[in-house]
Amino acid sequence: MTIVNAVLQGIFLGAFYAVLACGLSVMFGVMRIINLAHGDIAVLGAYAVFVIVQSTGMSPFVAFVVALPLMIVLGYVLQLTILERSLKSGILIPLLATFGLSIVIQNLLLLRFSPDVRSLGGDAGAVTTSSWQVTSGLSVSALGIVILLVALVVFGALQVFLSRTRTGWMMRATAEDADAAELVGIDSRGVYARATALAVAIAALGGLFLAIRSVFDPLSGPTQLIFAFEAVVIGGMGSLWGTLVGGLALGVAQTVGAQINPEYSALAGHLLFLAVLIVRYGGVRVALRTAR
Amino acid sequence: MTLLQVEGLDCRYGLLQAVRGVSIEVANGETVALIGANGAGKSTLLRALAGAHRPHAGRVLFDGRDITSMPAHRRVSLGIALVPEGRRLFPSLTVEENLRVSASRKGRWSVQSVLDLFPMLQPRRHMVAANLSGGEQQAVAIGRALMSNPRLLLLDEVSLGLAPVVVDAVYRSLADILREGTTVILVEQDLGRALKVAGRVICMLEGRIVLEGAAASLDRDRVVGAYFGLKRPA
Repeated sequence: MTIVNAVLQGIFLGAFYAVLACGLSVMFGVMRIINLAHGDIAVLGAYAVFVIVQSTGMSPFVAFVVALPLMIVLGYVLQLTILERSLKSGILIPLLATFGLSIVIQNLLLLRFSPDVRSLGGDAGAVTTSSWQVTSGLSVSALGIVILLVALVVFGALQVFLSRTRTGWMMRATAEDADAAELVGIDSRGVYARATALAVAIAALGGLFLAIRSVFDPLSGPTQLIFAFEAVVIGGMGSLWGTLVGGLALGVAQTVGAQINPEYSALAGHLLFLAVLIVRYGGVRVALRTAR
Repeated sequence: MTLLQVEGLDCRYGLLQAVRGVSIEVANGETVALIGANGAGKSTLLRALAGAHRPHAGRVLFDGRDITSMPAHRRVSLGIALVPEGRRLFPSLTVEENLRVSASRKGRWSVQSVLDLFPMLQPRRHMVAANLSGGEQQAVAIGRALMSNPRLLLLDEVSLGLAPVVVDAVYRSLADILREGTTVILVEQDLGRALKVAGRVICMLEGRIVLEGAAASLDRDRVVGAYFGLKRPA
């Protein structure tokens, strides 16, 4: 029973990772940018919610809705000011630019909020504490269910958006061939800005869940980035549903690993990530060849 | 009435100069064939007209308006559409999505009229573009350009890599498009076809225009001479 419980908790944890990874996947899929500031943007979103909750006393979920337009504007500005310029200069510059952005965000947060560890778990009300005891060894937390459902809705909505709406087609067309997209009248700058705004908004949702389910501080970003990145790679770069599956797989690996020994939690996730890298990208042959 | 006016256009790729001081005037409703050997600068010229290549010097005027520095997507809404070399469809989008994603100016062409023009696309409507045959892909590429109801249609080697029967079908559709009064500049390797469909022929060599004239007035030998640079006009 403990293993079943571990898998179940892993799915809940994995849904959180999938939400974090979703925006990263969108930005990579549309613009081929690996956004190294993605985790920090999620944490920034968490602080935005935190500030609103502190000053108004509203529920974090409502505060998130208030913060959302700000994050969308931030995404637009980020694309039009920093990322667009860096995209013109080849593959390395966006990586360096987002790395720099990551450091800037961390230090601005440190300056404003101090290194204190915060959480919104207490403000979120009963959802963080209630759970159902299914059997003696199996319990389902309300928050886990909420995060899983939201993750499914986010991925489902994104799927519908990309496959059914003209803006979604424009995004896919630009992702596949930006030059040809311009030639049929698609403003690729605008599409990129919308994609980044979308990614930042979903990152902020990840930040909200981080703040509610555990704790955060100004330097939490990079850890979240690593888990999100692993989820994207495990699921296959640029694949939407792959990212959801990747997130769930990572979560399950971590909780099952922790079942064996609590110290193995993160390690088990990293091992799964490495195993996928080796199998999928022909690393076995390369490893064998170099070993010889 | 002049629709397109190109003045002293220079296009470069780094140190390579692909188009050198080209000046052209194209009147409303005209069909112009652009011919020349590989590397003569025909595709680059078309890309510069469509806004996909930023020229180094010179001016492009469309309907009297200077569009030299206007981005490609805005030129589409003015009525310039390019069918690029190699078709460049969006492979994961269906035929219909490929058509609908194109910005549409109001006019004669819609998804339905494009499908009427290319009946072979009707049964493929919901198929992903990657799974189409070369001829079907070319039809979608032309249809996608038509969706913006262009006043100036630029066609870059639409017969490249297609079976002769399919090329015939494409040119039959082209005749329908020309009948609508659309101004067309087309790049074509097949000299016979170019002379037949176009009212005027422009021959380029090493980035320059070496021969220009009404299709009817040009004999094959002169064109071939200019094409290969055998006799450079003084």
